Amino acid sequence: MMDSENQGFEEAHLYASKEEMENLVLDDPLNSKSYSNYRSTVSTLSDTQHPLAPPIVATPAVSDPLLSPPHYREFGNPSASDNHYIDPPSYGDVIFSPFDGNNGNDVNGVDSPGRSSDSSQGHSRSPSSSSEYLKITVSNPVKEQETSNSLVPGSNSYVTYLITTRTNIPEFDGSEFSVRRRFRDVVTLSDRLAESYRGFFIPPRPDKSIVESQVMQKQEFVEQRRVALEKYLRRLAAHPVIKKSDEFKVFLQVQGKLPLPMTTDVTSRVLDGASKLPKQLMGESVIAPQEVVQPAKGGRDLMRLFKELKQSMANDWGGSKPPVVEEDKDFLDKKEKVQELEQQINNASQQAESLVKSQQDMGETMGELGLALIKLTKFENEEAVLNCQRVGAADMKGLATAAVKASRFHRELNTQTVKHLQDTLHEYLGLMLAVHGAFSDRTSALLTVQTLLSELSSLQSRAEKLEAASSKIFGVDKSRNRKLEELKETIRVTEDAKNVAIREYERIKENNRTELERLDRERQTDFLNMLKGFVVSQVGYAEKIANVWTKVVEETSGYVNDNS
Amino acid sequence: MNPTQRSLSGSTQSPRSQSSQPFLSVSVTDPVKLGNGVQAYISYRVITQTNFPEYQGPEKIVIRRYSDFVWLRDRLFEKYKGIFIPPLPEKSAVEKFRFSAEFIEMRRQALDIFVNRIASHHELQQSEDLRTFLQADEETMERLRSQETGIFKKKPADLMQIFKDVQSKVSDVVLGKEKPVEESTPEYEKMKHYIFELENHVAEAQKHAYRLVKRHRELGQSLSDFGKAVKLLGDCEGNALGKAFSELGAKSETLSMKLQKEAYHLLMNFEEPLKDYVRAVQSIKATIAERANAFRRQCELAETLKLKEINLDKLMLTRSDKVGEAQLEYNEAKSEQAAKTFETIVRLMNEEIVRFQEQKTRDLGIAFHEFAKGQARLANGIAEAWRSLLPKLEACSSS
Repeated sequence: MMDSENQGFEEAHLYASKEEMENLVLDDPLNSKSYSNYRSTVSTLSDTQHPLAPPIVATPAVSDPLLSPPHYREFGNPSASDNHYIDPPSYGDVIFSPFDGNNGNDVNGVDSPGRSSDSSQGHSRSPSSSSEYLKITVSNPVKEQETSNSLVPGSNSYVTYLITTRTNIPEFDGSEFSVRRRFRDVVTLSDRLAESYRGFFIPPRPDKSIVESQVMQKQEFVEQRRVALEKYLRRLAAHPVIKKSDEFKVFLQVQGKLPLPMTTDVTSRVLDGASKLPKQLMGESVIAPQEVVQPAKGGRDLMRLFKELKQSMANDWGGSKPPVVEEDKDFLDKKEKVQELEQQINNASQQAESLVKSQQDMGETMGELGLALIKLTKFENEEAVLNCQRVGAADMKGLATAAVKASRFHRELNTQTVKHLQDTLHEYLGLMLAVHGAFSDRTSALLTVQTLLSELSSLQSRAEKLEAASSKIFGVDKSRNRKLEELKETIRVTEDAKNVAIREYERIKENNRTELERLDRERQTDFLNMLKGFVVSQVGYAEKIANVWTKVVEETSGYVNDNS
Repeated sequence: MNPTQRSLSGSTQSPRSQSSQPFLSVSVTDPVKLGNGVQAYISYRVITQTNFPEYQGPEKIVIRRYSDFVWLRDRLFEKYKGIFIPPLPEKSAVEKFRFSAEFIEMRRQALDIFVNRIASHHELQQSEDLRTFLQADEETMERLRSQETGIFKKKPADLMQIFKDVQSKVSDVVLGKEKPVEESTPEYEKMKHYIFELENHVAEAQKHAYRLVKRHRELGQSLSDFGKAVKLLGDCEGNALGKAFSELGAKSETLSMKLQKEAYHLLMNFEEPLKDYVRAVQSIKATIAERANAFRRQCELAETLKLKEINLDKLMLTRSDKVGEAQLEYNEAKSEQAAKTFETIVRLMNEEIVRFQEQKTRDLGIAFHEFAKGQARLANGIAEAWRSLLPKLEACSSS
């Protein structure tokens, strides 16, 4: 989500990366919950130069906002002008056209006061953090060689990126620092966060996209990935809890290579599983309480996986009534609302896309008409024999020039529209994925609890049976007593595990709750900003376009008067 | 030409005007679809108001169809060589089947302009064929229509050949190949070249104008869809934000309608005049072809006359019986030459080109004005609609 401090850079960033509106393909996130589908969408957000983008829009200087921090202002953040909307001066004055003239480096006209302080707009999202900032930049991709223990020497090369952070948050040691990281490190970060912050809406990381790396040119791919990484890290930095997490801090600050992630060690997983097998076969799986904190899937405990699967089937088929059911009606309501919201955001996003395309087409055709008329004007002037031809040609030129100007305005407006509408909607679609993740954390935690509860109850009934049986026999049955003792021990351990699981479940529930509140709050602000930005830019450009045409109306009014 | 710009010959008064200024005012109205299926056609009411003495009365109303207009055009083209006959809208076999309301209106407008141009042309307005067209009853008209065999009845291939001849002559002369049967004064060559190039340029502009109309419609549709989606999104939110979304959606739909309206206005008042311009240039090309024919004929005639004269003298010397016949032929040829058809065409064309340029400048000026007006109106409408939302959005953030 967009913290207002980061938003400036984010805008500047999205700017340099241009408009690929037509290339966006949005999968319906409700149907394809795979993170990868989503992430590839999210990561194509930035990229490749649109072939029809007018050259004036490209502002290459902005790729590294650290070089010239005030850059983001030039993009005429239209919401800066909403202070003036009631005043007679039109938006035409206040909205910048940074692309008039060929250099996008001008900070012309009204310099909006304190963009980074959100008081002027009244859209501050988290008033308490308005003095904190955490600005992250990803730059300078460099190809490096894998030095050690590869089976084929010299074959493994990878890319590292320079990750620069500027911050005034005390938990970080220092105010400015850089590290080099490779994509694999980002995956590790993401996995660790997923483990530690279950129940939170964790922004999804960029895709691994193996296919793309083959298909695209190396440079293009690296650039695309750089942009995606930057977006991802900025989103993490915008999350009030995660930005202060140890995992994040380590990632941003600690020099040198990060240790290997736990989950990619396939061989050890297999070995571990194998060693546990004899115990499992005996039907005595011991679940260490702390392991309960992790979901079964992706873990190394096959037995637990089976048990939970069985349990979830039992839940689904309504066999035995599960002792703990998701009865938080409030939550279920919210969940439904979130799903509805997601659907509508998706829909709105698609329509926004087609709106953008139509606006683009309008601008282009208007420009083409203008050019055709200019050619006609030139022709008439060259061949003019009569005076009326020259007069006509002059008027036509006025019209043609107006058309070309209007065309440019249409296209500029479109860029703004993309920025406000499309980008916000896409951010939220990405966020929806995070929400799904958080909800499924909750579900799997609940499943663990239920599994443990039913296991506990079956263990207890076994113990009871054993006690009842042994009380009927005279004398002491050593083996049976021993079995009973072992059983009781298992019950104790399972009891512990159950308690841990319940605590974990409650914790996740609480995380869900606070995150949902945060989502609601931030969404209000973000959507409001989105609407404002959209509306303000529409007004501004419409006024400009109207002016252009009004001039021509005046210039050609002679024709109408003559003939009345 | 804007349909309201019906230039009357000399005055703008209504028929009941006191002044005795001569006037001829025509309007083509009330298109009605008749017939079924393939045979369907549109009939129009043509209302004439005039005080010309040659006409039957101050007002006359007749029913005409497209092919009647074609008849009139062809007759004028035959009789008034050298004059740029106003162009007709295309026959358009395909659109005819659909006969959309828009198509019908476009055609009606073009036909109205056609007749009015004729009625305001100082020579064409005297035409007997025009009188017939404006006054004859339907049966007479039908009879006349079926007899027509004018240049435009020629197959398109023939027509193309004529144009090609004219064009190739231009390049021949440029390359220095002297062909005695073609007139090749520098001014005329320039004019021909101008006309041919002009058509290309104007056609391109018209193409883009047509596309622009489409873009307006597409944008209108997108805005409408977008508005609906935004409303649904607003329903998910409660409170002030949800309302803001709803209003945005509603505005979006309003603007969609404005765009559709503007698309129509653009079509009728900008694209159609440009199309008319293209047709007018094509009509000039037909006149150029006629001029070439006349020139050839003149040269042939000069040759023929010489031969006939020699022949006549020879016959007179030998006191042959054939003298009478030969004399007749000679006289015929002589009188045709005296008609100076070609010279007339040249003179007329020179006048016509001036008239054409002046009229075109006027018509285009009006079209540009309308275009700019429409665009300004649209942009202002858009600005206003969105602006009205801002107070509400502002209210949301402070709540």
